[in-house]
Amino acid sequence: MAKGAKTPKPEELSKIDYSPPKTRWMETPVEFKPGTFCYGARPKYLEEVDFPNPREWASADEDWKLPENWKEIVLEGMKDRLGKYRSFQLFMDICVRCGACADKCHFYIGSGDPKNMPVLRAELMRSVYRKYFTSGGKLLGKYAGARELTYEVFKEWWYYYYQCTECRRCSVFCPYGIDQAEITIMGRELFNLLGCNTDWIAGPVANCYHKGNHLGLEPHTIQSNIEMMCDDIEEITGIRIEPSFNRKGAEILFVTPSGDLFGLPGVYTCMGYLMLFHELGLDYTWSTYASEGGNFGFFTSNEMAKRLHYKIYAEAKRLGVKYIIGGECGHMWRLIHQYLDTWHGPADFMEVPRSPITGTVFENAKATKMVHVTEFTADLIRHGKLKLDPSRNDHLKITFHDSCNTSRGMGIFEEPRYIIQNVVNHFYEMPEDTIREKTFCCGSGSGLNAGENMELRMRGGFPRANAVRHVHEKYGVNMLANICAIDRAALPTLMQYWVPEVDVCGVHELVGNALVMTGETERTMDLRLEPLPGKEDTEEEDE
Amino acid sequence: MGAMVSLVAVLVLILIAYVGVKVLSLQALFGVFIPYLAVLTFFVGFILRILKWARVPVPFHIPTTCGQQKSLPWIHYSRIESPAGTWGVVVRMAMEVLLFRSLFRNLKTELHDGPKLAYGWEKWLWLGGFVFHWSFLIVLLRHLRFFTQPVPGFVKIMDAVDGFLQIGSPHLLMTGVTLLAAVTYLLIRRFYIPQVRYISLPADYFPLFLIFGIASTGILMRYFLKVDIIKVKELTLGLASLSPKVPDGIGAIFYVHIFLISTLFAYFPFSKLVHLGGVFLSPTRNLANNSRMKRHVNPWNYPVKVHTYEEYEEEFRDKMKMAGIPVEKDEPETAEADSEESEGKE
Repeated sequence: MAKGAKTPKPEELSKIDYSPPKTRWMETPVEFKPGTFCYGARPKYLEEVDFPNPREWASADEDWKLPENWKEIVLEGMKDRLGKYRSFQLFMDICVRCGACADKCHFYIGSGDPKNMPVLRAELMRSVYRKYFTSGGKLLGKYAGARELTYEVFKEWWYYYYQCTECRRCSVFCPYGIDQAEITIMGRELFNLLGCNTDWIAGPVANCYHKGNHLGLEPHTIQSNIEMMCDDIEEITGIRIEPSFNRKGAEILFVTPSGDLFGLPGVYTCMGYLMLFHELGLDYTWSTYASEGGNFGFFTSNEMAKRLHYKIYAEAKRLGVKYIIGGECGHMWRLIHQYLDTWHGPADFMEVPRSPITGTVFENAKATKMVHVTEFTADLIRHGKLKLDPSRNDHLKITFHDSCNTSRGMGIFEEPRYIIQNVVNHFYEMPEDTIREKTFCCGSGSGLNAGENMELRMRGGFPRANAVRHVHEKYGVNMLANICAIDRAALPTLMQYWVPEVDVCGVHELVGNALVMTGETERTMDLRLEPLPGKEDTEEEDE
Repeated sequence: MGAMVSLVAVLVLILIAYVGVKVLSLQALFGVFIPYLAVLTFFVGFILRILKWARVPVPFHIPTTCGQQKSLPWIHYSRIESPAGTWGVVVRMAMEVLLFRSLFRNLKTELHDGPKLAYGWEKWLWLGGFVFHWSFLIVLLRHLRFFTQPVPGFVKIMDAVDGFLQIGSPHLLMTGVTLLAAVTYLLIRRFYIPQVRYISLPADYFPLFLIFGIASTGILMRYFLKVDIIKVKELTLGLASLSPKVPDGIGAIFYVHIFLISTLFAYFPFSKLVHLGGVFLSPTRNLANNSRMKRHVNPWNYPVKVHTYEEYEEEFRDKMKMAGIPVEKDEPETAEADSEESEGKE
């Protein structure tokens, strides 16, 4: 939990006052409340990726040690980006402040802070845009909603643009599709011109750049982590799996977020992949170099994101694979779906993905050559290629959390649901206004899953948790499935706080449980090494 | 503050036109010169604005997907909310522009005891916006009868349908009333809803007051003050045929009306009202969800510094070899590296 800042109890935290303050927002100075912001990036992380202004600083400090011409840098940076991103230019110009987005943001719902209404969060920057880039703003000043860029304003941006998870829920409801994520992304690019990243983002970025993954796992550690999972799988099924690493000539490269390689409950999902691919006899390889599907560079700048995602195609080319399967991850898939080919394509050194088991050609991935693992698995199930025993998941009552990025930046809703419905017997949807394209963020996306901003995370995750609690109370749901590594890292804490009876898992953990493998011994444990329903006795007998 | 400033601004505008015509007899200025200037400003300004946007590239393919993607053939995909091709995008855009699809999704989030969040029905904003925009469009098109001779059939039909209630004389045209009602609603919600009031700028109130002024002067003119319609048409036809003349005896209310409209036209390209054009260019709406099928090119894509596999292997080769992970460069290089290392130690 957070150092210094104590997170209030749920009862306290859920008393939320939605009435705006008496002072107008331009006259309400930003207050850095402990527990709601992240630490500033340490200089070593910035140096490792050649970012400007590396220095010791703290985000709570008065002086951020910005270069003298910081204002010039920011305004130049804005000008440059206004000319490069139509989204940015357009979204600065066309908002009518109708307020439809206001109560759609999980941070506004959880905090009541009006600057967390997407419209106002955007106005924080629009006001400066008007002052320096529109004639009306130059002429009429605050009457045109314009204001100077001051040190305070810059800090205000920083505070609130790290209270946005780039989840795009607001853009679903906006009549013009104005997407606060686009504005937040620009804001964060500007912060990084001055070395003002957060430590929680900058660290993984530096790790990923040099070691291939956010967690900084070195090649032998990746291998030994996966081997430990194989040990557990052997204990559970009696089957020894021998995955390969950096193997040239494999048909498929598998890339997943490194969260699946380390920490719970991510590794259970990873065990699911391992078991599935083994059972299929899939000719695939892991890579220790392209060992990260996620990309904290995306929460830094588009250039940094591009630098990190380079490894995936480069490794596919080096190893000579035919195509790539990607694991369960949220922002990873937003990037693969909407950015990767633009950055590093065309991927014409690979072939259009074709499932070696069913023969299905994944036409939807014919350009990027990357298939989502739930697309791959759903296709297997549809063709009856998997022997499944959903009763092994009978101790679980599942609900499914649509991750923001895969929902609103990709549209993958049915594939994971189809899989879940085939591998479990008890599946319940959360209320319809809280799932699919209207899904709520975990509250910790876009690099906000740190420890020091715990109160913020619990506030941001409140709407998600509240919907989970609804199905928990109504149907006894005790497991929250998802297809995102950030979710698997962040939701357990959120559930512990708001709905402690509910645990968190990846979809392929459920697949791993249900999958009947050739030559397996009778299963008595699930992937968490906990007794299966009806097998508790055997455990006791053993004891 | 915003509301007062805007209200005063509109009242001043009304006063300017009234005094200008009544006291200074500047009929030609308000009836001809300013309208011409305003229309010119509108077209030039609006076109420049669109061109400005259009010149900025769309580097990434970022539609907001509001439905199932097109993937496996047996999975039903959402052709409109997550369109895979051009036709789907056209329909999606049409629904957005003509029916305000996204605004129709609107919900009201409420926190109840428990704590329990509830998401309730809230279509008033959609309804208000819908009635406002459509009424305005129809009113605008109806006004073509002042600028054409003979009046085109569709304008006559519009007039007839709009006045089908046949109340009073001249017949009550519904859209004038609904426009006024909708603009009033949009104003009231800005005052009444605390969050909306908090975010509202003068730039939000001003066009509402202005349009309120336009609609009410129009209604006053038609039903109550009854300006000489023949003379008005003489003037407007003159404007349309570029041979302007200013007949005597048109009431001041007409000049107030046309001055407010001129202000709206001239103000339009420099204000938030450009959302009229902007919505068509919005990259979260006007792109197909097909970016894994079809490559999207970023015109300013540039090479970036990357960490290559060779650099990676250089750093971890020994550890990889120890773990039995295949490497590109084997023994000889490593031997060198080893000797270098041992030299270093010496």
